Amino acid sequence: MFSRRTDLPLDKDPLSRFLPWLIAFMVYLAALAQSGVIGLDSLAQRWDSGMAAPLTVQIPADLETGTAANARRLQIALNIVSEYPGVLKASVISKDKVLELLSPWLGLVEAADVPLPILIDVETDSSVDFDARVLSQKLARRIPGTQVDDHGVWLARLIEMVRTIEGLAAGVLLFILLSAAGTVIFTTRTGLTVHAEAIEVLHITGAHDRYIAKQFAGRAMSMGLKGGLYGIALAIPTLLVLGHMAGRMEAGLLPDIEMPVLGWASLLCLPLLSAFVSGVTARRTVMRNLRRML
Amino acid sequence: MNAKTPIARFENVGLRYGLGPEVLQDVTFSLKSGSFHFLVGPSGAGKSSLLKLMYLSMRPSRGLVHLFGHDIQTATRDELPALRRSIGVVFQDYRLLDHLSTFDNVALPLRVANVKEQDIKRHVEELLAWVGLKDHMHARPPTLSGGQKQRVSIARAVISRPKLLMADEPTGNVDDHMGFRLMHLFEELNKLGTTVVVATHNEAIVTKLGHPVMRIEGGGLKVIPGTRGKKVLAERALRGKV
Repeated sequence: MFSRRTDLPLDKDPLSRFLPWLIAFMVYLAALAQSGVIGLDSLAQRWDSGMAAPLTVQIPADLETGTAANARRLQIALNIVSEYPGVLKASVISKDKVLELLSPWLGLVEAADVPLPILIDVETDSSVDFDARVLSQKLARRIPGTQVDDHGVWLARLIEMVRTIEGLAAGVLLFILLSAAGTVIFTTRTGLTVHAEAIEVLHITGAHDRYIAKQFAGRAMSMGLKGGLYGIALAIPTLLVLGHMAGRMEAGLLPDIEMPVLGWASLLCLPLLSAFVSGVTARRTVMRNLRRML
Repeated sequence: MNAKTPIARFENVGLRYGLGPEVLQDVTFSLKSGSFHFLVGPSGAGKSSLLKLMYLSMRPSRGLVHLFGHDIQTATRDELPALRRSIGVVFQDYRLLDHLSTFDNVALPLRVANVKEQDIKRHVEELLAWVGLKDHMHARPPTLSGGQKQRVSIARAVISRPKLLMADEPTGNVDDHMGFRLMHLFEELNKLGTTVVVATHNEAIVTKLGHPVMRIEGGGLKVIPGTRGKKVLAERALRGKV
């Protein structure tokens, strides 16, 4: 299908000498898009499966009634929540943990300085169709001001958004692949025009179209591989720098976006993919164009 | 294809380029296996076009072209390479591939036919020695003289022992002495069974060798029988008076 030996001076084409660099640029962009897809996919999966408690019950602190009344209210809330169908576990979040969660907004404060709400993490059975609104109404009737935050709703929206961005990145990846194929088609057609006389000599001496196509494909494959290696060699440091910068942001609002081992492996496959796409595209282009000749 | 099947048979062949006038009109002839013909005619009469039809670089606009018993009009694209491998062509402008060495240029027809490299080496070296270019095996065409290029071109045309050999003005770029040497080379190949067609303007060669002449003029073609030993007839054939 491909051939390294060539009867045509394909390495002398001025245009084809740029092909590795054009492919390098596209592989570089493809590597960024692909790592975006992989990173976002792993993030969405972790959000999807890793959320410890899909509900949080928030009981506002009542400064007037004092600690004993608050403890009673907590007990009432825990009883209601635990008996509610579909609840697997309800656990109170410690004051220290609440302070830690609030620290990005309040800074370092003592528990006694601020009226902290009581928070209860609620884990539900995912197989049960859980209605958080009914639980919220039940709690509000017994303890006025109690709120139930259903993380599932905003999480679903967040995951939907991430999936949309992921789809766009995959689209960009596909677009880059098509552009690379288009570049190879253009370069190959130019090569066919530049070497038309030599190709005619090959035909007259009895060469099949396959013989000629093999030479173009071999050359395009080697340039695709070379360009792919250049591109990936530039993309890896960029990804490492981006990862390092993301780690330093320390936002706390988003979990770390990590690239799994398989993700790195698939990135390293990009040069092979670019070589394959270049070779196959060149071969098909030559076969299609030669068919128009006698 | 049996022994009596003509190597090439043209019947009422017409050829036009695009929407232009016909450069060949109702061309009819037949080449017997092992024959030797000169193709003569004024410049622009259609000699090169006729050769192009014969070495399958073009299809006719009309009429029948049979080569080695195959109808070219109905032959599929995949069938053509096998037919072309039975044809050797010597171009007026040599058409050597400048980036390849003399050896690789001559080896080209064997390489496209997938012959083993060791056999290619043996055959090409033998042939280059025969045409006196063994010492220029690694030279590239731009460094060779016109006569040397012509011999490389001939070597490339005959390396795969074609059944039909065509030469377009093979003596156009060489002196008379070299021209006669090349013609004797074609005659040697002809004696070995190769059918030869030589397009030429060189009257001296046509007269002296006296092979049958295909005269092309005004788009039509006349075949004039061989005049070996009949100098006057040959001269008249060249002037179109036969």
